[in-house]
Amino acid sequence: MEKLIEIKDVDKVYGDKVVLDNIDLNVSKGELCTLVGPSGCGKSTLLRLILGMERATRGEVIIEGKNAPRPNKQRGIVFQKYSLFPNLSVFDNVLLAKRMCQSPWASLRSASSDEKDEAMEYLKRVRLEHARDKKPHELSGGMQQRAAIAQALITKPPVLLMDEPFGALDPNTREELQVFLTELWEENNLTIFFVTHDLEEAVFLGTRLLVLSQYYTDDRGDGFDGRGGKIVFDKELKFKGASTEIKDTDEFKKLIKSIKEIGFEPRILQHVKDFNLTHPDSYQTLTEIEHRNSK
Amino acid sequence: MSRFWGMHADVSGWKSKLVGIIPFVILIVVYIYASDARLADNPQDKLLPSFGQMYDAVERMAFTEDRRTGDYLFWKDTGASLFRLGVGVGLAFIFALMVGLNQGLYPGFNAGIGPFVTFVSMIPPLAILPILFISLGVGETAKIALIFIGTAPILTRDVYLAVDKIPSEQKVKALTIGATPAALLYRIILPQTLPRALDSLRLVLGGAWLFLIASEAIAATEGLGYRIFLVRRYMAMDVIIPYVLWITLLGFLFDWILKKLNSSLFGWYREAAK
Repeated sequence: MEKLIEIKDVDKVYGDKVVLDNIDLNVSKGELCTLVGPSGCGKSTLLRLILGMERATRGEVIIEGKNAPRPNKQRGIVFQKYSLFPNLSVFDNVLLAKRMCQSPWASLRSASSDEKDEAMEYLKRVRLEHARDKKPHELSGGMQQRAAIAQALITKPPVLLMDEPFGALDPNTREELQVFLTELWEENNLTIFFVTHDLEEAVFLGTRLLVLSQYYTDDRGDGFDGRGGKIVFDKELKFKGASTEIKDTDEFKKLIKSIKEIGFEPRILQHVKDFNLTHPDSYQTLTEIEHRNSK
Repeated sequence: MSRFWGMHADVSGWKSKLVGIIPFVILIVVYIYASDARLADNPQDKLLPSFGQMYDAVERMAFTEDRRTGDYLFWKDTGASLFRLGVGVGLAFIFALMVGLNQGLYPGFNAGIGPFVTFVSMIPPLAILPILFISLGVGETAKIALIFIGTAPILTRDVYLAVDKIPSEQKVKALTIGATPAALLYRIILPQTLPRALDSLRLVLGGAWLFLIASEAIAATEGLGYRIFLVRRYMAMDVIIPYVLWITLLGFLFDWILKKLNSSLFGWYREAAK
């Protein structure tokens, strides 16, 4: 499988605070990869590194085989809010994205009918054709996020990054959009990297679940407090594309319970050698001090 | 009474309009009363001319050729003043957009020029009026320069703050759909900054009038401010009062035009802020 995102030995440090600690991660094409973790684990920081908003203190972030230090067309993004341009209608938001990705100055000439048709096609795909002339502030939160998804997808980014995109929505809209996203992912062969603090959402959506957590231990000893977030769980999931009823099954609930213990419970500390990293793309290169005792 | 003056009063429609007129009516009534009283005492009194005398003065200034120059002085003054005001404020607005936008987008540029802009905005413009007259002469340049210096730094800081307030998500979003820095600046940032800049323009216009009248008062051969200060020597209140009312009306008109322009061009701005 083609590797879209490769993260090698990445640390991120702000001042004295280690936020990300020796992260290794590959993401393949076609994956709907969800990243979840307790607050302060560094999941937003990891997303910003992949997006190019920030640079790693150590290590490499590689997108499609190239270093990509700044945001560009290789990565689409949907934020929790502020993804849409407030001065443009929904249709113009999508159209601008289409034309901007062809040439930054394309919008100086008037739009061709092909471009308009394509923008309308994407609006239909997110079921917003009836709201095409509305300004973002006239839309509900769920509609805004659907418009933002259309705006991000029309540039056909190799990978779509999503930063808590449904975090500000009410539970019903949220579930509706979760189902909608899995459908969209299936129909369009997308690669999605989805960050959330909601464990249920992560388990329901993902084909691959990553848990980032600062609650673990290693051979640096119990007294060592300079640990940053690490991927403590990385596994293929099989709920993808299922109906929402799956959330009520015992298997689903059991998985959630075990991940809560692994990733979200400060009193339960797994050793780095015991992480469940069974996903085929998963790998871990520990530094010498992290696992010196097992040598 | 509390139905109208209480905290939870329902003031709407004709009621609020009626109450809004009251202070104007009081002012006019008091003026007419005082003017009549003084004129009855001394028909030569110049301090509070009657409305008839003011009408005559306007007739003389605006609709009769000046005997000496053949000009209609009122309109000539208006034209000269509006030219200075327009050029000074217009240049300040363009300057503010160019510098403020770049300041907001490029931290290095902001670090370089931000403190300087702040410093210049702290200088009381009227205090450097003598410097401008000495170095630029008493012609149009010095007057326009005063209006520019008085308004440009404030406008620039406001444009910068408007750009700075745009969430960083918007900039990243623009880059991920393929925007270059220039396209980001002119296609994303500028349209979102213009409505705020127009609002600031409305606010600095008051100051601009002040600088205009001050500079015209000191050295000019025409202009609304020049005329007021010229006829002051003859205590010609019958000219001064209509001129002041005219300046007030012009100020009100510009404010109203800018407000309408803003809401028709950038309707999303006020709506989205709600």
